[in-house]
Amino acid sequence: MAWAKKILRVNLTKGTCASEPLNMEWAQQYLGQRGLATKYLVAETDPKVDPLSPENKLIMTTGPLTGTMASTGGRYSVVTKGPLTGAIACSNSGGYFGAELKMAGWDMIIFEGKSPKPVYLWLENDKAELRDATHLWGKTTWDVEEEIKKAHQDPQIRIASIGRAGENGVLYACVVNDLHRAAGRSGVGAVMGSKNLKAVAVRGTVGVSGIKDFKAFLKATTAAKKVLADNAVTGQGLPKFGTQVLMNVINEVGALPTRNAQDVQFEGARNISAEAMHEKRPTDGKANLITNAACFGCTIACGRVSQVDKNHWSVVNSPKYWGATGGLEYENAWSLGAANGVDDLDALTVANMICNEDGMDPITFGATIGAVMEMYQMGVLKKEQIGVEAPFGSAQALLELAHMTAEGRGFGKEIGLGSKRLCEKYGKPELSMTVKGQEFPAYDPRGIQGMGLTYATSNRGACHLRSYTVASEILGVPVKTDPLVTDGKADLVKAFQDATAAFDSSGTCIFTTFAWTLADLAPQLDAACEGGWTLERLAEVGERIWNMERQYNLAAGLTAKDDDLPKRLKTEPAKSGPAKGLVSGIDKMIPEYYKVRGWSTDGVPTKETAKRLGL
Amino acid sequence: MRVTFKLYAMLSDYLPDEARKTNSLTLDVPPGRTVGQVIDGFNLPPKLVHLVLVNGNYIQPAERAGRALAEGDVLAIWPPIAGG
Repeated sequence: MAWAKKILRVNLTKGTCASEPLNMEWAQQYLGQRGLATKYLVAETDPKVDPLSPENKLIMTTGPLTGTMASTGGRYSVVTKGPLTGAIACSNSGGYFGAELKMAGWDMIIFEGKSPKPVYLWLENDKAELRDATHLWGKTTWDVEEEIKKAHQDPQIRIASIGRAGENGVLYACVVNDLHRAAGRSGVGAVMGSKNLKAVAVRGTVGVSGIKDFKAFLKATTAAKKVLADNAVTGQGLPKFGTQVLMNVINEVGALPTRNAQDVQFEGARNISAEAMHEKRPTDGKANLITNAACFGCTIACGRVSQVDKNHWSVVNSPKYWGATGGLEYENAWSLGAANGVDDLDALTVANMICNEDGMDPITFGATIGAVMEMYQMGVLKKEQIGVEAPFGSAQALLELAHMTAEGRGFGKEIGLGSKRLCEKYGKPELSMTVKGQEFPAYDPRGIQGMGLTYATSNRGACHLRSYTVASEILGVPVKTDPLVTDGKADLVKAFQDATAAFDSSGTCIFTTFAWTLADLAPQLDAACEGGWTLERLAEVGERIWNMERQYNLAAGLTAKDDDLPKRLKTEPAKSGPAKGLVSGIDKMIPEYYKVRGWSTDGVPTKETAKRLGL
Repeated sequence: MRVTFKLYAMLSDYLPDEARKTNSLTLDVPPGRTVGQVIDGFNLPPKLVHLVLVNGNYIQPAERAGRALAEGDVLAIWPPIAGG
């Protein structure tokens, strides 16, 4: 079996680390990673728990294919109750940390309680111990990585840590691993910080053994890699241009939320696009993009490695930002750029670096700055309150506020609460572009109707990675559907949500789904794991996970009223592009979705649905 | 009549040098010129002509040969791409 069949339980209050067997009955029902860790969270915590209290738990979890030779098999997730949303939080990351954790012989780590002082977990195969991290508190994720490797005299240690944002209570702090990869959304880093857990450092040399049928696994993974290589998107488009290739597409179709979603097209989009990243700068003759990069075991390699001009005003006196680093992905370029009307590519790259080094979700941070800039534009917020002039388009304001937020300085403390709390405080709740308290990402629901339903029903608050209908509605994968209509979107969203939940529980990357379907994943899992894993079974597991998350949120106090979009998207028509004159048809889609899901008109899974799924 | 022609990602290589900075070119074409005819004129590899938009609206493959452009239209084309 590809599961390690072993959990590490770390009680931070008592300072203990204990091994226990993985619940294999649950593994057969929930597979691994997102599904299985959520099952543990549901079983072990009160859904009404204060997310930042010691009673909340934080789970770092791998999937059965994590650390194996399956393409993209390097994924891990962080599962907890989210402080930004009060809902289930599950954030997925790549890099190398997840594979190292699995190769140390662990399926997951469950952190409970709260340490009386800052600590980090040192994990060397089956040896686990908590070490003092007082000297690391107050340091960035980049510094933590360097110091821990130096202390252990081992450059091959893999580290996941929080930066200053996680220490300072930024509600959208993330967990950063391998310097540039992050379990980014919903504030999982804030929960880690609330437990005084600064980092997890892992060295794993045990490897992943117990593949059920190795010959079949070799055959299945080789075939699946060929599918990725032969596909134009995963074999050519993503490696060369990364996710950033979407910037011009989404702008052209009129679905690029701009200046806090006041507009749906950004005049500066091309300046911050993948194409711009490839061009030589007139200032130093070098391109922003240096090369692409892959996470563990990935044969796609969509990651960006960038370098800014050393003489750019934003870094001329900051040599630490001069080196090659994780570059802009589409979401970050949008949230830091178009959402705020900023089109300075190097400045956005630096803002992204700050988010990486201090551990902040750039989607929520950037979108919150959009709300700040709109309130500044309206005169609701003044320079004296914010600390800087903050008109739309100001890269200077963006960078200064990024530092202030991460460090918990001045108005940055308020920005660290996210746009919902901020806009409510200043009497403008309608300016928060959120669902369940989490900022929506880079697709405007007026121009891509299915994404409105995706955001409204996402169990972790607005998110594109719970059902990426953009693939179908805009990009024609697997089939082209009309982005401007609501018909058929309930079925489409459900299908994407269930399949995504299965992929997120396997240890592989959701980006494989531009080429793979569950039919490509099933043979790999079936060869690796006992239990008879078919396409149909995976779809059912995905549906079970989705409904389990829904039940958790309902028990936490969320209701159907939380399955809604910001008023702006429902009442202010798109001003330009193909969606000109349109608003989101969310009110029509929600009842259709509940019906497709087998939920009551109040959005509660019916007894029949729960019984069918074994919940 | 004048139309705007845009090529992105790998297709940028099929634009004249001076147009690559903007991914955009203004074309002077006779009235009635179709999407398919413009594409043929640039010798674009059929496999790379995936996402074809006129004024942001998707044009199905079967409609491209017969879809006439109008003054001021913006024709934009991408190869198979995706992101997240």
